[in-house]
Amino acid sequence: MIETAADSGKTPVLRLIDVCKKYGEIFALRPLSLEIAAGEFLTVLGPNGAGKSTLLKLISQQTKATSGEIFYKDMPVKDLSVGYRGKLGVISHQPFLYEGLSALENLTFYASLYNVPNPSARAKHLLERVEMSRRMHDPVRTYSRGMLQRTSIARALLHEPEIIFLDEPYTGLDRQAAYILTAILKEQIERNTTIILVTHDLALGYELADRTLILSGGKIVFYGKDEISAERFESFYLEKVNHA
Amino acid sequence: MLKFIKVVFALVRKDISLEYRTKEIMNSMFVFAFLVVVVFSFIFDPGEHEQAQIAGGVYWMALIFSGLLGLGKSMQSEITGGNIEALILSPISRNAIFFGKVISNLIFMLVMQLVMLPLFAALYEVNIVSHVLMIAVIAGTTYGFVLLGTLFSLIAARTRSREIMLPLLLLPVLVPLILAAIQTTGALSAGDPPEEYMKWLRLIFVYDIIFTSVAAVVFDAVTEE
Repeated sequence: MIETAADSGKTPVLRLIDVCKKYGEIFALRPLSLEIAAGEFLTVLGPNGAGKSTLLKLISQQTKATSGEIFYKDMPVKDLSVGYRGKLGVISHQPFLYEGLSALENLTFYASLYNVPNPSARAKHLLERVEMSRRMHDPVRTYSRGMLQRTSIARALLHEPEIIFLDEPYTGLDRQAAYILTAILKEQIERNTTIILVTHDLALGYELADRTLILSGGKIVFYGKDEISAERFESFYLEKVNHA
Repeated sequence: MLKFIKVVFALVRKDISLEYRTKEIMNSMFVFAFLVVVVFSFIFDPGEHEQAQIAGGVYWMALIFSGLLGLGKSMQSEITGGNIEALILSPISRNAIFFGKVISNLIFMLVMQLVMLPLFAALYEVNIVSHVLMIAVIAGTTYGFVLLGTLFSLIAARTRSREIMLPLLLLPVLVPLILAAIQTTGALSAGDPPEEYMKWLRLIFVYDIIFTSVAAVVFDAVTEE
């Protein structure tokens, strides 16, 4: 039984109905239905090849579903297209930054695409927030992995997105960058931003999440929030994945 | 429409800033074109009329092959770091992304030709721009090449053997354009009568119009995974 947004007492911002993705004859994601409430923090877990990144790509319209429909506030996202994409912020393991440009130039460029008023000031403000203002004029190619990821976080927040997708954002982060990212995510929770986090970090994912979605072999094996302790969650997760 | 133009302008400005910093595209295109033009100048030594005919072919081959290098590098900056995905995720028309890249690549190709034309004239003793119509030939052929090159460079950039994939995909489709450009250039340089080149000139512009419509429709599908 799938728990719906209505069960949690919140309005669904995203609704997936029988959404599936096939590459040739191979299912990357088997037909699944789920609702994500406005302001919800959903953590998506699962082993490699479970379909986590495919799910994010489908919701963010980077790829089209083989069948099924995705709704944003009851409107099919395929009809909203440009307007819908403007509500999304994506933090991936890819930085989405031009190596030859500085952090400030990158952010100013992306801000102009999102029609952000006063792009340069907004870029500077966010770079300060992620503690990158000292290096903001240096070319991105000179940055460490952690610095790239911090700049990437600032880039994703430029247009104050309503929904944030994070695909393995903690990969390769140093302690400081991980701390900044967690602090920013907590700020976004306060602002009622809907957050969908794909991670392998079970403890962190479970701690932050309102609900957890566990995928295995392209299908849902758990969706909800069990009243179990964070310590027990790992064995719970393994049990779900191994018995899928 | 205004937003479309603003986005195209932002993309072109970004590409020019990037090129100003790295000089990757211009350096590789210029060095390659320079070498082709210089090496071929030692090989050919025909009579005046044949020289005009052959010079057109050498000029366009140098531009096409150096352009292939430049297009590959230009699209590589979008692929590295996942920037093309970021552009696709942005609330902008995918055609604005495409035409932004086309205009940037067109600027790089035209700047290179500004440098190459005097060099070419000196080495081959042929003034390529001897006729005012030659400006239309250069503009039309360069646009057609850049238009399809940008489209195919995105397809090729997503494959494993991208270096070989771009010429393999692009060159067969470019055959009518290259042929028309060489014929028109040769006829104009040799001072042939209009009936010798007008049909080729028309072909260049019909080609550009057809493929502008095709590329605008196809680009959306190409950006799909």
